[in-house]
Amino acid sequence: MTIVQATTIAAVRRSRQSHATRVTFGLLAALLAAAIAAMLLGDFAVPPETVLQSLFSPLTGIANKGVDFIVLQVRLPRLVLALLSGAAFGLSGIIFQTLLRNPLASPDIIGIAHGASAAAVFCIIVLGWGGLSVSLGAFAGAVLTAIAIYLLAWRNGVTAYRVVLIGIGAAAMLSAVISYLFTRARLNEVQQAMAWLVGSLNAAQPADSIVLAITMVVILPALFVLVRGLDGLELGDDTAHALGTHVEHTRLGLMLVAVALAAFATAAVGPVGFVAFVSGPIARRLMGGAGRGFPQAALVGALVMLVSDLVAQHALPSTQLPTGVVTGAFGATFLLWLLVVSGRSGRVN
Amino acid sequence: MEASVVEARASRAAALGLGLLLLAAALIAVILLSMATGARAIPVDMVWSALTAFDPNSTEHRIVWDLRLPRTLVGVLVGLALGLSGAVLQGATRNPLADPSILGINSGAALFVVLGVSVFGITQLGFYVWLAFIGAGVAMLVVYSVASLGREGATPIKLALAGAAMTAIMLAVINAILLTSPRTLDEVRFWQVGSLAGRSMDIALQVSPFIAIGAALALMSARLLDGLSMGDDVARALGQRIGLSRALAGLAAVILAGAAVAAAGPIAFVGLTIPHVARAITGPGYRWILPYSMLMAPILLLGADIIGRVIAPPGEVQVGIVTAFIGAPFFIALVRRRKLAAL
Repeated sequence: MTIVQATTIAAVRRSRQSHATRVTFGLLAALLAAAIAAMLLGDFAVPPETVLQSLFSPLTGIANKGVDFIVLQVRLPRLVLALLSGAAFGLSGIIFQTLLRNPLASPDIIGIAHGASAAAVFCIIVLGWGGLSVSLGAFAGAVLTAIAIYLLAWRNGVTAYRVVLIGIGAAAMLSAVISYLFTRARLNEVQQAMAWLVGSLNAAQPADSIVLAITMVVILPALFVLVRGLDGLELGDDTAHALGTHVEHTRLGLMLVAVALAAFATAAVGPVGFVAFVSGPIARRLMGGAGRGFPQAALVGALVMLVSDLVAQHALPSTQLPTGVVTGAFGATFLLWLLVVSGRSGRVN
Repeated sequence: MEASVVEARASRAAALGLGLLLLAAALIAVILLSMATGARAIPVDMVWSALTAFDPNSTEHRIVWDLRLPRTLVGVLVGLALGLSGAVLQGATRNPLADPSILGINSGAALFVVLGVSVFGITQLGFYVWLAFIGAGVAMLVVYSVASLGREGATPIKLALAGAAMTAIMLAVINAILLTSPRTLDEVRFWQVGSLAGRSMDIALQVSPFIAIGAALALMSARLLDGLSMGDDVARALGQRIGLSRALAGLAAVILAGAAVAAAGPIAFVGLTIPHVARAITGPGYRWILPYSMLMAPILLLGADIIGRVIAPPGEVQVGIVTAFIGAPFFIALVRRRKLAAL
């Protein structure tokens, strides 16, 4: 390699890194703006300085009961849950899309979300459950579906193509279960199930955020380690073997991480539509080939969730829409717009 | 050497041709069974006499003509359309996940039906057909335009992403309407499942010209799809007009899928999986995948409909549900056993 080539490569690498940094900071700034809006907006007007005072009241001891309740018990849990669940969905989506090498292969398309949904609808319509037990049912549904897909796709190892095909088979079957339960149930049960299926932050509890936060703290270091094995995996199974990557271990580990993220997030807020699907492609288009875009996908997921929730709460003056109605529309519009404007980078997914 | 290759090719073609004949025979058997089976079982010879020498005083004859024949005909048409459109869409986007429901066609149809019910209070099945058809067309048009904007044109990835994104947007609107209007939810939840029950001869006649045109277009695009399956660069180097090929295939798919969803509601599973089954049998090459899909899909759909009619007496289970229930385990078993040809 000549010196000229080496300096060119170094320059390209530098410009990519600075582009990645710009994208990351842009997303963080947008998140911060949305978070401030989420703390300030609401039926009950609270001035910014009072919000700040309230946020620090556990430290300062200056209490103002009414305001503290709204800020600390209503708005803050909702904000935190939006950020955590959005990031979890976004990461889960991009892990699946990368592993399975298909931009459509997010957990909400290849059966995992369907498993959670079918289990929850079964709990609501057949068992007549509500609240927390439905969340537990959904979690179990997602995990069991993922295990079933992996085991069914196993034949001397799994291939991405087989996982995708078995996933759509499972998704079709589980959708049929939901449709069948819908036609057999009473209308009010169907409505309750529909509301859960759309997904919402309206019932955000601090406990949901705590569970999700613990999940993230446990999972993220594992993800950090596993991601290094991805460079080999992306070259195809044979090359990865030759390079000494433990293909199966890396893939299984990453899938476990992605399933856990999707399952915990779904249990907390419902199968909120398409956050997992849109975050990866949006992050990759923004990055334009300057990296894999995992952290950026998490940020995009959080942003889509938070902005959608703001729109859902305040778009109509009379009613609150469920968050899941807006995420699909907002995230997908963002993606469509990126598809139109970013014609230059044809190589990225 | 040369001779043996030619010979092997000829014997493969003969085997695949024989397979097609067997499938056609199976389809005829399923059609007859579909005319005979139901809440009231009618022997096949009486079905035959009803078709050849109609006696208006016989209840059985009237059941065959008024109920079973239209239902069977719609089943065959819808199955054929779903199988072909799925195969064409997977070929045009080179994505194994592509099908009318992921590319926005089904949700476009559903959106227009939901709007028709909630805004204009339409409840007749006959009107759903047109609403669904227009919705499917509008959705595909938007998806294709968005995907072809930008410098590199309508690449497979952009088509798939634009289709899925449009689906997301339209589902959001559908959900918002269904959540706020219980009346619409009650009306639409039965349409949304996908069913052949209660379909009249009018519906079969309304959609059959579209399906005939769509099927002709789809079968003609086999060679173009084979070209696209080599990748855009290779196809372009061989002199194929990529954009035109993809547009033609897309047109065929939307006519077929639009007509299918109009006649029977959104049935997701058939269009997605039948092409994979066909590909597992025939190997790559759309000259065979397309006719195999075209014959296998109605066998699956009608077979599922027959099972749905008898499995839960006195009621029925909608065909969309049964197809997925029997089709999915079969499909999963096939994916496990065979080394499938990737797209």
